[in-house]
Amino acid sequence: MIYFDNSATTKPYKEVIDSFVTVSSEYFGNPSSLHSIGGQAEKLLLQAREQVAKLLTVKPSEIYFTSGGTEGNNLAIKGAASLNGNRGRHLITTSVEHPSVRAAMEQLEQKGFEVTYLPVDKQGKVCVADIEKAIRKDTIFISIMHVNNEVGTVQPIEEIGQMLKKHPTILFHVDAVQSVGKIPLSIHENRIDFCSISGHKFHGLKGTGALFIREGARLAPLFSGGSQERKIRSGTENVAGAVAMAKALRMTIEKRAAGIERMKKIQSMLRTGLNRIEGIRVNTPTENAAPHILNFSLCELKSEVFIHALEQQGIFVSTTSACSSKRKSPSKTLIEMGVPEALAESAVRISLSFNNTEEEAMTAIRAIEKAANQLRKVLE
Amino acid sequence: MNYDRILIRYGEISTKGRNRNKFVEKLRKSVRSALAPFPKIKVEASRDRMYVLLNGENGIEIIEKLKNIFGIQSFSPAIKVDRDVEVLKQTSLELVHSLYREGQTFKITPKRSDKTFELNTDGINQTIGGHLLKNIPGLKVDVRDPDINLRIEVRKEAIYLSCETIQGAGGLPIGSSGKAMLMLSGGIDSPVAGYLAMKRGLEIEAVHFFSPPFTSERSKEKVIDLSKKLAEIYGSITLHIVPFTDIQQAIREQIPENYSMTTTRRMMLRITDEIRKNHEGLAIVTGESLGQVASQTIESMYAINEVTNTPVLRPLITMDKTDIIKIAQEIDTLEISNRPFEDCCTIFVPSSPKTKPKREKVQHYESFFDFEPMLHEAVQETETIVIKPDNEKDSDFNVLF
Repeated sequence: MIYFDNSATTKPYKEVIDSFVTVSSEYFGNPSSLHSIGGQAEKLLLQAREQVAKLLTVKPSEIYFTSGGTEGNNLAIKGAASLNGNRGRHLITTSVEHPSVRAAMEQLEQKGFEVTYLPVDKQGKVCVADIEKAIRKDTIFISIMHVNNEVGTVQPIEEIGQMLKKHPTILFHVDAVQSVGKIPLSIHENRIDFCSISGHKFHGLKGTGALFIREGARLAPLFSGGSQERKIRSGTENVAGAVAMAKALRMTIEKRAAGIERMKKIQSMLRTGLNRIEGIRVNTPTENAAPHILNFSLCELKSEVFIHALEQQGIFVSTTSACSSKRKSPSKTLIEMGVPEALAESAVRISLSFNNTEEEAMTAIRAIEKAANQLRKVLE
Repeated sequence: MNYDRILIRYGEISTKGRNRNKFVEKLRKSVRSALAPFPKIKVEASRDRMYVLLNGENGIEIIEKLKNIFGIQSFSPAIKVDRDVEVLKQTSLELVHSLYREGQTFKITPKRSDKTFELNTDGINQTIGGHLLKNIPGLKVDVRDPDINLRIEVRKEAIYLSCETIQGAGGLPIGSSGKAMLMLSGGIDSPVAGYLAMKRGLEIEAVHFFSPPFTSERSKEKVIDLSKKLAEIYGSITLHIVPFTDIQQAIREQIPENYSMTTTRRMMLRITDEIRKNHEGLAIVTGESLGQVASQTIESMYAINEVTNTPVLRPLITMDKTDIIKIAQEIDTLEISNRPFEDCCTIFVPSSPKTKPKREKVQHYESFFDFEPMLHEAVQETETIVIKPDNEKDSDFNVLF
């Protein structure tokens, strides 16, 4: 089996599951309980928070545990908008964001906010000057993803952050779900106010995540309840999940330097290999792209067909993003990049982890070639 | 660009005449212990500068640690280069190039403590400035408000280049002012008082009163966590945990309710003073702020302070609560202090404690009972632990992370 769908989710590290099991069975207390069993759970949560903060070089008090990327994005966008709505009603984002950002923005539009969705260029990149032009007096919030989940384009977060230093009242949210552990990002230096991450994208468990909230940045909670996570996220804390995520993040960051090099190598092998196959067009740009995503289209062929053809050979990939692949629609990001609709409908995404190997890439290239040739024959 | 050293400028120590070596030595010790997690570094101290040679250790983490060390006025990550104009040009260019972003401005601040170098300050300005302008297209000079300020310090042994001056914590090196006992409750104020006392060079040992089952294990943990924060400053801190339940119960039985608080504080002070004697301290530090609560009115202090003539230092005495909270936030103790557990100050609080207790009255009430043996026992039973900062902790949980 070759698992090439790591942007959909990763396989949890065994050590991570071990920690989850130990914490769940031995330290099952509620951190809010006053007795010592609760105390231990609280200690674990504290240590998890400290570790995540340290790995992201932020303060422990700036980390809030969530259930994942979708919650983090929703909390940042809706929470900040509802608390700052009296200052202004305008938000800015790009047209290629993950649905959890896009849909949250659309929901705000129904509540009377105005949202500017900025276009991207052929590489899928948003232009910093466009953002600056879109800023108005009543702009309160900007949300930009770090790495695009469908094609892997890296957005110029550093430049945007520098530019936003001139606009201190605008809150800046970065969806770093796809980039954490793959592309280093200095949160404080880039003037980021909110940053969402998700545990299962870096070999942690589903249902775990964190939102960075800069000290001093404020937002309204989405959930009402027992005031956990310093009133920002009520609900009994998922202690085992938080510990597991802290461990997964540590392991990922420890492996990062070597892992990125390896993924880059595999990615370029795949790119070269795929470019040689007739009818295949690689959509992931050569510059400003994350090392772990490679998106390509096979002319005239619905991506779903191709996915199943590859699966028969034991290779698991996605049609664009897992979140939208059940809906039969062309890749939104590709359409925005100006890719013709026919190609956008036949897009396939390969996404790597540190565990993939060059041999797997070779096997995959051969399998893709075989499948492509066969399918084309059928169509003819 | 990789810095290879951090240049440290001394604070007030540089004004201390003949004691100076002692101060520098204390500072060196502080730096050493705070940087203990980085075994490869080397600390070189001279009369007016100290250098931390990184030897490949993580400069960013070290900078964070240095920010909290008292006795440092400011510091700069720096590169040491030979006293050679060509080398200086080359390294300056590499350094500025690594920091430069499009459209930024720069200036050069040359300093020559050794005048034998072939270029004078103007010469350095022109030679290096010209070299940078020629090789970095788009770079502009702005001497008033530059984005990059390249400091070139020519000294006898070498030239040091740096682009950033980071403000230090100021104050005096820890231990240069002797030792004191800090009464650490678990609230917001006492850690701040400890911090400020340490800032003026005091070495601190903390004393905490523990009254199980009226105060829980978790309130003790809270105090340990606070001590860990204070330990970060110097590498470790000694914490004395005094069993206080029996004394508190005796006070409840012997002393009228509205005076129980006054007596409790007097007993705490007496015990702390005993411990101070045993550990050769010379003062007691408390987190009292004038008028904040009943025990902190001037009348209360007058009645309580009677039990000792050891100096009682109250760094927060004139500060408002909001200012104290601000410091607690900066030193990262606020959140720990805010954990909601009963501590020795909140338990057994009478419904209406005397805000203006009389010395004579409290003496009179205490005269019916001999507290001395109990105090002695409490000192005997005191548990003393040495607390290390968190990064060195050996938690049972570490395997889970």
